[in-house]
Amino acid sequence: MQRSYRLIGIAILAAAAAAQSPVQMAPAKFANRTNPYEGSETASMAGAKLFARECAACHGANGEGLEKAPSLRRPEVSNATPGALFWVLENGSLRNGMPSFAHLPAPQRWQIVTFLRTLSSTARPAPGP
Amino acid sequence: MLRNPTILHLAAVAALTIPACLAAEGPFFITYTHQMEEPGNLEIATNSVTGQPASGNRFFGAATEFEYGLKAWWTTEVYLDGQSTQSDSTIFTGYRWENRIRLLPREHLINPVLYVEFENINGADKSLLEVVGHDSQDDLAQPNSDARLDKQREIEAKLILSSYAKGWTIAENFITEKNVHHEPYEFGYSVGVSRPLALAARPERCNVCPENFQLGLEMYGGLGTHADFGLTDTSHYVAPTLAWTLANGTTFKIAPGFGITGASVPFLLRFGVSYEVAQFGRAARHLFGGH
Repeated sequence: MQRSYRLIGIAILAAAAAAQSPVQMAPAKFANRTNPYEGSETASMAGAKLFARECAACHGANGEGLEKAPSLRRPEVSNATPGALFWVLENGSLRNGMPSFAHLPAPQRWQIVTFLRTLSSTARPAPGP
Repeated sequence: MLRNPTILHLAAVAALTIPACLAAEGPFFITYTHQMEEPGNLEIATNSVTGQPASGNRFFGAATEFEYGLKAWWTTEVYLDGQSTQSDSTIFTGYRWENRIRLLPREHLINPVLYVEFENINGADKSLLEVVGHDSQDDLAQPNSDARLDKQREIEAKLILSSYAKGWTIAENFITEKNVHHEPYEFGYSVGVSRPLALAARPERCNVCPENFQLGLEMYGGLGTHADFGLTDTSHYVAPTLAWTLANGTTFKIAPGFGITGASVPFLLRFGVSYEVAQFGRAARHLFGGH
């Protein structure tokens, strides 16, 4: 009986982990990292260019989400710390179909994070590829 | 390959209407990293090599690649190989089908990927996509009419290990290859290191930005067979590499390779071009009425 409860508990924990948004899975040491480009207009423009090349095909030109790729204007994303967004870009969410973008140098990933922070407050379209 | 008009139409529509992404493999020709193709993306590439063995004619080998991201952790790829040899002939030499599977879901200091490939090529193949066993320049000097009679149906496996650190890409590939009918297990390796000229992107859309250039160095060669493992009578090459990605996503690569043992071709020049069509799979589904 006790074994059954343990298995049910494990299944519930696994389901909860699967239901978590990738930004919620970022370890605290990553989530607390600060963005070296925070507030930089130049970095945001560079991030918009990178977003158009790397992200827009799945998430939409304005981050509105397409088919399986969710909107990046959701509160979960706009309220996420820069470090958590950086962690998601680095690791992806392979189970959910998002690849890792670790091949981009860290400054480029921070530039994308800088741009993502502007998505919730503006409707600026990303430039075309 | 693209003789079917529907496929031709699909490829043309995709190339004209779908945004491009950065091509996947950086500046390397032989060495794989753990970067996978994005799900639904199709990369079309040609990688060519030219060289002249000491006792043979100059050759031009080419492999056309179609690489598709099935999952974020699974990339599949088909190659069509051909070659042309001076004062000899131009022939199709076969096809390869490879699969790469990422083994760990998160980034680590070293990231492993399992690579499995089936090759159905003949002995005249000169695309030199890997060097294994006792491959030597003498193999490349045989007349096409003789070499093509040797059927090579082989299984190739690679363990790909790679890392990204402070803008550097460092990758090591360990290769084993086995003819499904006969011949021993053959071994080989390739290692590569590369870095973009700039780590941060410029804000403007540009072709000649430093971040669009990647410089690297590759080394690859054979390690004998299971019965004769080692460096004796094996080929090894060192090749500086350069990749340039345009703003529209087209990537050009070039790598002069220098043979460093007597069995190696003294000089190989590799060059390639690739274009990645973003979300090709989604466009294909829509074209055929899917959702």
